[in-house]
Formats: sequence, structure tokens, C-alpha cells
Amino acid sequence: MATTSTSLQSRVSLDRRIKDFTFTTFLSISIVASLAFIFYIIYRLYNNAGFLLSWDLVTFFPSYDIDTAGFQSSIMGSIWVVGFATLFAVPIGVMTALYLEEFAGKRNRFTALLELNIQNLAGVPAVVFGLIGLAFIARGPLSWGFTVGSAAIVLAMLILPVIIIITREAIRAVPPSYKEGALALGATHWQAVSKLVIPSAVPGTATGTILAVSRAIGESAPLLLLGALSFVTFNPTGLDSGFTILPLAIFKYASDSREEFQVLASAGSLILLAILFAMNLFAILLRDYTLRKRNI
Amino acid sequence: MSMIFRQSQANKVSKEEPKKGSSPMNSSATRKPSEPLKFVDPVFTLKDVAVSYGDFVAVSDVNMQIPSHDITAFIGPSGCGKSTLLRTLNRTNDLIPGAKVHGSLFYHDADLYHPSASAVEVRRRIGMVFQKPNPFPKSIYENIAFGPKVNGRPKKSELDDIVEKSLKSAALWDEVKDRLNESALGLSGGQQQRLCIARSIAVEPEVILMDEPCSALDPIATLRIEELMAELKKQYTIVIVTHNMQQAARVSSYTAFYVTEVNLTSDRRTGKLVEFNETKKMFSTPDDERTEAYVTGKMG
Ligand SMILES: Nc1ncnc2c1ncn2[C@@H]1O[C@H](COP(=O)(O)OP(=O)(O)OP(=O)(O)O)[C@@H](O)[C@H]1O
Ligand SMILES: [Mg+2]
Repeated sequence: MATTSTSLQSRVSLDRRIKDFTFTTFLSISIVASLAFIFYIIYRLYNNAGFLLSWDLVTFFPSYDIDTAGFQSSIMGSIWVVGFATLFAVPIGVMTALYLEEFAGKRNRFTALLELNIQNLAGVPAVVFGLIGLAFIARGPLSWGFTVGSAAIVLAMLILPVIIIITREAIRAVPPSYKEGALALGATHWQAVSKLVIPSAVPGTATGTILAVSRAIGESAPLLLLGALSFVTFNPTGLDSGFTILPLAIFKYASDSREEFQVLASAGSLILLAILFAMNLFAILLRDYTLRKRNI
Repeated sequence: MSMIFRQSQANKVSKEEPKKGSSPMNSSATRKPSEPLKFVDPVFTLKDVAVSYGDFVAVSDVNMQIPSHDITAFIGPSGCGKSTLLRTLNRTNDLIPGAKVHGSLFYHDADLYHPSASAVEVRRRIGMVFQKPNPFPKSIYENIAFGPKVNGRPKKSELDDIVEKSLKSAALWDEVKDRLNESALGLSGGQQQRLCIARSIAVEPEVILMDEPCSALDPIATLRIEELMAELKKQYTIVIVTHNMQQAARVSSYTAFYVTEVNLTSDRRTGKLVEFNETKKMFSTPDDERTEAYVTGKMG
């Protein structure tokens, strides 16, 4: 076939096409591999413990008797601890981000130090926060003991840097023309920020926060140090309550020598995964909804 | 530099009725070419104004007056400081870190850059329409209501009136009156720009600054905005930056032409005002040959 000047054949060189193909294949394999891994875990868990799934699992409290053993107190414990951690971390995180993005003014030593610290905090291993919590909150100056309150503060410290970083991203993504437009109408800086910048940044912040919180639900190492690995047969009643959390309840059952309890641990893992999936799904739906909705 | 000062008494401008359609006290017929145009009660009086960004002087030695209730156009090649100068007229340039204004810049008899002058109050009186239409991600109604709301606590009925009046002044009412509660982002580009004009009218400014307001619009939308400006100049003073010579010739009564001149001390270029004259004269028999070269397309 003769190549005329109107030929629509690709003129990309063979070499480039091979590279493209290799790269695409590599990407596809990575995605398939990671998905396969997740599905394999779920499949194994379900195969192992699927028959146990029933409301009894979430209504029964921990017990040494397999017929009446469940996860109620640990699920409630996770909800309480993570709930209060969110309550502590979100206002502080959002205000810090707002300060850094909108009110700190020019970069100076103070803001540079603050930024460096936030970056560092985000990289600190979770167990270190557990140690700090043990030394300064559960014991030491605060002496709050192994309580929901202590645990919530530790988890709040853990998610705080993430929330700050996410909120700053969301604020930076707001078109500067909104603020310019508002200022040109005689709005004060605060009016422009509170009426346009903050509302526009809410969806991004909310989505990011849900993802950060869903990480916190699975976190067990720091709370291990705060006495969460105990046999708790009651739901928390307040910040001063003792508590346990779902990941550690799973761990406790899994380390039991009796096989039935190990199967129960698998069932608990399925519950934990279901909670995580639900939260991530909610974050995605929230993002899609706010993208479709144009007005703030 | 701190940006926002509270409103101060010192900046209150006397509300005396300005002379509509001011004509120059020294028209080009009676004036030597070197003499600047003078007006009765000009809105802006610039004396030796220079604006710098850090060490870089973007524009300098600007001496001119801007008349009230008329349209003044700024023209000149890219980078000569038209936008910079326009932004200094309502202190929007304050928001750029490192930007600094030198010389004296009076709004009527009030010093715009006096330490006690509030930039927020200045911007309420001197509105701005940007090159790219920038409606807020709110309903059409809320876009217009935004300015009145941040400047006071108007009642719902008052707001309704303001919204209708502003949209009518901006020749947009008929097109949007049935969908005031729909998102402003759903409007066409030309409609969005008229919305932005309506939005600035809603706070009842005295001056509207427009930085290339039609450069993102098609010829028909452009024509509508130009008709609108001709209507608006009865009530407002308009300063417009444009790259479109015909537009400057069509809409404005006075035109200021700027160029960039090479600095002797650095390789950066500084903007200078070459000529400020009646638009008719600028486009027929300008005093400066550089103006003639530019408006006839031989330069820039
Ligand atoms: N925010 C800024 N920071 C530093 N320099 C700036 C800034 N804005 C403008 N300048 C510089 O000031 C000079 C004048 O810019 P300005 O935007 O006022 O030009 P202009 O006449 O409006 O040009 P155009 O016709 O392309 O819009 C240019 O050299 C530009 O690089
Ligand atoms: Mg410009």
C-alpha cells in the first residue's frame, strides 16, 4: 500500500510503540496483582469464617465461651475512640491549615518551622505516638489512665498532620479568582475566606478526613501501649471509660490456642474490612456528589 | 506591608454631585502638547506614580487625571504596566507580595495610599471587572447579593430589588430572570462577564475598572458589553484596559498610551505614559509619533 500524503497510518516509531506497550502492560499487571491480593484475603477470610457472620457477632461481648463470644464492646470502643479523635483533630487541623494558607502571610521562620514539623509528624511511626501517649497522657502529667480520652488524644495526634496537609491542599485548590472577585466588591479578607474559600474547600477536606479516619480505625500499635489489649466486656460510657478496639479484639482472639477462636478472629477481620470499605465508599460518593453539585 | 485598614473618617469623600460628562479644562485645541489634560473634579489624580515589584520598577513617571462619568482607555504593548496601574487605582495591587506604589495617587481629594485609608473601603467604591469572567460558584442571585451582603445587612426585599436593578443595568435580566437560583457557572462566557459587571454595580461603586473585559468573548458578546459600557458611563466612571484599538476608539472618550522603555541601569523594561489625550485626537492626529505608530499598527 502506497503511503500518500493523506495516510492515516501511525507515524510513531516502533521503538516508541514497544515502550508504550510495555509500560501499559506493566501498569495493568500491577493493578491486577494488588486487586487479586485483596480479593484473595477476602476470599480466604470468608471461606474460613463466613458461616459465622450474623448479628450475634456484633451484639455479643467478648467471652471465653465460643458460643457467646462477639465483638460488641470492641466495635463500640473503636467508634468512641476514633469519633473523639476526629472531634479533637478536625477543628485544630483545619484551623492550622487555614492559618498557614491564608493568614500567616509571607513565609517566615515561624511558618517554615511549623511546616517542617507537620511534614515530620506525618512521618513519625504510629507506635511513637503510643509511647508519647503512655508517658504524657495515660501516665505522667495528665495521668488520664488507659481510657477512651487518652486513646482519642493519641489517635488525634496521629491523624492531625494528615488532616492539616489535606486541608491545605483543598484550600490551595480553590481558584484565586474567587477571592479576588470578593475583595473587589469590598469584602474583607476574612469575609472572602469564610464565604468563598472555606465552603469551596469543604468537600476536599471532608473526603480527605474520612480517608484519614479510616486509617485510624485500623491502627492498633499505639493503642496497644494504652491498654487496649484487655478483656473488656462493656461498652464505653464516656471519656474516662476503659476500652478495647476492634483490631486488638481480633488480635486477642487470633492468639487464642483454640481453633474456633481463630475462626472468630477471621470473622472480626471481615467486619473491620466492611467498615473500611463503607467509609471509603462514602468518601468517594461524597466527592462525586460535591463535584456534580456546582454551588456552594 | 499590611493590607487592610479599617475604614477611617479621613478617607470619607464628600458626596457632592460630580459634573457629568466632564470635559477637559484645557482641550487639545488650546493646549501645548507637553501640558497634561486637566479636568474639573477628576476622579483620580496621579502625580509621579511609579509601581514596583520588589526591585523591579514596572511602570514609572505617570502623571494624569481621570475624568468622572466617562470612559478612559489604557492601551499599549504587552508588559507596559496597564494592568499594574489599573490595579493600583483600587489597591488590588496591595495583595501582591512585594508590590509597592510610589508618588501620589488621589481619589477625589483623598489620598488612596494614606496610612489611614482602608483598602476595603477603597475597593467598595472602586469596583473591578477581570479579564476572565469569575462568577462565584453560587446561584446567579447569590452572586449579585454577595457584595451588598458583605457591606451590610440588607433585607430580603431590598436584596431582591438590588438584584433586579443590577441585572437590568447589566442587560442580563431578561436572559436570567427565570433562573436566578441556578448556578452562575452554567451561563455562557459573555453572560458570565455581564454578571460580573452586574455584581460590581450591585455595591454602587463610583468607578468600575475593567481589565481586558472582552478578551475572552466573541464579537457579539463584546458588542453587548460595549453597548453596556456606553450606557453605564452615565452613572459610573469607567477605566478600561484593552488591546483592541477599535474598542478603545469606539467606547472611550480619553485614551492613555503606554510603552515600555529600556532601563539604563538594568535590562528590565519600565512602562511609561507616552500620551494621554482625547480618544478622537489619539486616533487621528496624536501629539507623539509613537502613538501614531502604535494606533496605526506600525508598532507593538
Ligand atoms: N505580580 C507580579 N510580580 C512581579 N512582576 C509583575 C507582576 N505583575 C506584573 N509584573 C510585571 O510588571 C510589568 C507590567 O505588567 P502588567 O501585567 O501590568 O502589564 P500589562 O500592560 O497589563 O500587559 P498585558 O497587556 O500583557 O496584560 C511586566 O514586566 C510584568 O512582568
Ligand atoms: Mg494586563
